[in-house]
Amino acid sequence: MKTFKIGGIHPNDMKLSAGSTIREMAVPAEVKIPVSQHIGAPAQAVVAVGDTVKVGQLIAQATGFVSANIHSSVSGKVKKIEEFVDANGYKKMGIIIATEGDEWLESIDRTDAIRREVTMEPAEIIKRIQEMGIVGMGGATFPAHVKLSVPPGKKCETLIINAVECEPYLTSDHRLMLEHGEEVLIGVKILMHALGVAKAYVGIENNKPDAIDNLKRLAASFEGIEVVPLKLRYPQGGEKQLIDAITGRQVPSGKLPIDVGAVVQNVGTVFAIYEAVQKNKPLIERIVCVTGKPLREPSNFMVRIGTPVTALIDAAGGMPEDCGKVIGGGPMMGRPFTRLDVPVVKGTSGITLMSIEDSKRREASNCIRCAKCVNVCPMGLEPYLMSTLAKLGRYDDLREAHVMDCIECGCCIFTCPSNRPILDYVRAGKAKVGAQLRAEAAAHKAAAEAAKAKEAEGK
Amino acid sequence: MNKLTIAPSPHVHSGDSVRRNMFGVAIALVPALATSLWFFGLDALAVILTSVVACVAVEYLIQKFVLKVPTTISDGSAIVTGLILAFNLPPALPLWIVVVGAVFAIGVCKMTFGGLGQNIVNPAIGGRVFLLMSFPAQMTTWTVPGVDATTGATPLGLMKEGLKSGKSVSEIIGLPETSDLFFGGIGGSLGEVSALAILIGLAFLLIARIITWHIPVAVLGSMAALQGVFYVASPESFASPLFTLLTGGAMLGAVFMATDYVTSPMSGKGMVIYGCGIGVLTVLIRDFGAYPEGMSFAILLMNLVTPLINRFCKPKRFGEIAK
Repeated sequence: MKTFKIGGIHPNDMKLSAGSTIREMAVPAEVKIPVSQHIGAPAQAVVAVGDTVKVGQLIAQATGFVSANIHSSVSGKVKKIEEFVDANGYKKMGIIIATEGDEWLESIDRTDAIRREVTMEPAEIIKRIQEMGIVGMGGATFPAHVKLSVPPGKKCETLIINAVECEPYLTSDHRLMLEHGEEVLIGVKILMHALGVAKAYVGIENNKPDAIDNLKRLAASFEGIEVVPLKLRYPQGGEKQLIDAITGRQVPSGKLPIDVGAVVQNVGTVFAIYEAVQKNKPLIERIVCVTGKPLREPSNFMVRIGTPVTALIDAAGGMPEDCGKVIGGGPMMGRPFTRLDVPVVKGTSGITLMSIEDSKRREASNCIRCAKCVNVCPMGLEPYLMSTLAKLGRYDDLREAHVMDCIECGCCIFTCPSNRPILDYVRAGKAKVGAQLRAEAAAHKAAAEAAKAKEAEGK
Repeated sequence: MNKLTIAPSPHVHSGDSVRRNMFGVAIALVPALATSLWFFGLDALAVILTSVVACVAVEYLIQKFVLKVPTTISDGSAIVTGLILAFNLPPALPLWIVVVGAVFAIGVCKMTFGGLGQNIVNPAIGGRVFLLMSFPAQMTTWTVPGVDATTGATPLGLMKEGLKSGKSVSEIIGLPETSDLFFGGIGGSLGEVSALAILIGLAFLLIARIITWHIPVAVLGSMAALQGVFYVASPESFASPLFTLLTGGAMLGAVFMATDYVTSPMSGKGMVIYGCGIGVLTVLIRDFGAYPEGMSFAILLMNLVTPLINRFCKPKRFGEIAK
């Protein structure tokens, strides 16, 4: 069975909510919708306080190419447009809407019918995806249309669908493939058409045999779509790792998937694309997996964007006594919520609760140079060395050690027998080196422009 | 509601610990321990207990009274050092000398550099080499196991003496059978009497993922290869590769001493170079040096080269373009 070549770990996958069918969450009385739920420039609000909006109506317009539209997830009145503190503790501009009824835009197809016929031209498809505010749903939230707009001179040969869901606990992609398998495959067909590729692979880890079977069965009636079972191994859902696992090609350091002819989209994103293209539905709701050992009923919900996180926890059996940490996403790469009065956003793939005991890090001791961090690093780096260099502030050496290649997957900390906070230091060092690189690039650009100006003057 | 913890990811851990690895090594040493007790009896027990207790005590006392830091003896590393030091000593060694070895191993080789993880050379080997230099007579008085335990030379010692006095390999009398070398019952340090016992330990270390194959394979492979060349060239003046692998500290060194985390390289490639260095040096010392055995010296020398190896042997990076 296929997998990626370098490093990796086997965490306990803890898929507690794998058997729980996706339940529709009640529409909340109020939603908080941040205007920045994606990588790139924040969107600009196009509604004013007091305006009445419908479900699916554009409420904030993308500003630039790398940005995404935001649509209302409820119908009602715009109550406030103001800054509020987000899950990570930063102030973010957002639109607060008080719900009244559930009135959708007429243009959205709300029937259960599956629309199989793909009629749009590639350019139209990409434009529609851009209009509907689709972003990467695996958590990275990179605007989907940007990835689909292959730059001139590059060619996409392979479309890869990331259905790996390698984070422990999370099951939203798993349930999606079981309950909406055909829609997902139509989404894949749409993307193949948009990119002009004949071949697409859907990578699924072998801890989801039912999802593999379901998609394989359905894929028989689709041309060019191959379901690829992958050996359970974290971080297989990392874009570079997945491309390696499926095609055997490694994206070079500092390059993008398209440089090896690949475009990768998350399976959740593909479903959103299906709905956008075939049903004219913007990204206003998503599947969120609410899970964790202390939780009474680990569940998967279909949730309107902007729904408070607390409502989801309540729906999954309520906040348990024994909860020490609430993570946005899974336990390997997720970020803990600094507060719970925050909304579900486009990138909320899961909410994982940890018990008080599991929330503590164990005390760190001396590095024993066991090389386990080196062996598990999926990028082939030397985490022990990078953490020491970062700690000592030796940023030039850190750059030489290829710190910018680090994907922050957490395998090093996970495996360290001395419980050393290796990645904490590496992240800090990476931020410094990244800033250095940006400053150099800016200086380089300025110098080039100055030289050009001088040359023009000389003429 | 409880206060929520905020910490950067990851939020789960494998559960591995320094203690798990150290006690894993201790468990892997059990077969060798059992064979040494079987062949050498209470003498062996006395040396092992003295060594372990002395190593742990020295670490505790230094941390408590000299460094005034929390003690780390519960991590098990001093126990492992004590066991390995004992396995490198002759069974009849006076116990006070064992204590001196422990003081040098832990006190000088480990604690002066900052304790676990910071030392430059393997403490147990440092201790052994210190004793070999300081007490050459006591350190080379070997008990040959048997009903009436007698003293005598080790197989390597016999080979060296024989070859030095101008005999050819086939003329040297008293060399043990290969089966004895494998199953045990030869003269030597506590831990070197049975290759089989060490190999069982190796299997455990590999299965428990405490070490990787690189170092043991590189050490033993390079020893066999180089000795093989010499042997083929002149079978009457060199021991066979099999004899080389089964005698002295070859097995113990390759499996338990060269693989010490702290003093061996970090990358697979580096480990292979380091292992081959040990194998080649050992063979050269054994065949051409003054000592019959060279494993300890070879490991010690390669320990010193480890930082250099780490500098030049980097793991293969993802997406690395060949230059």
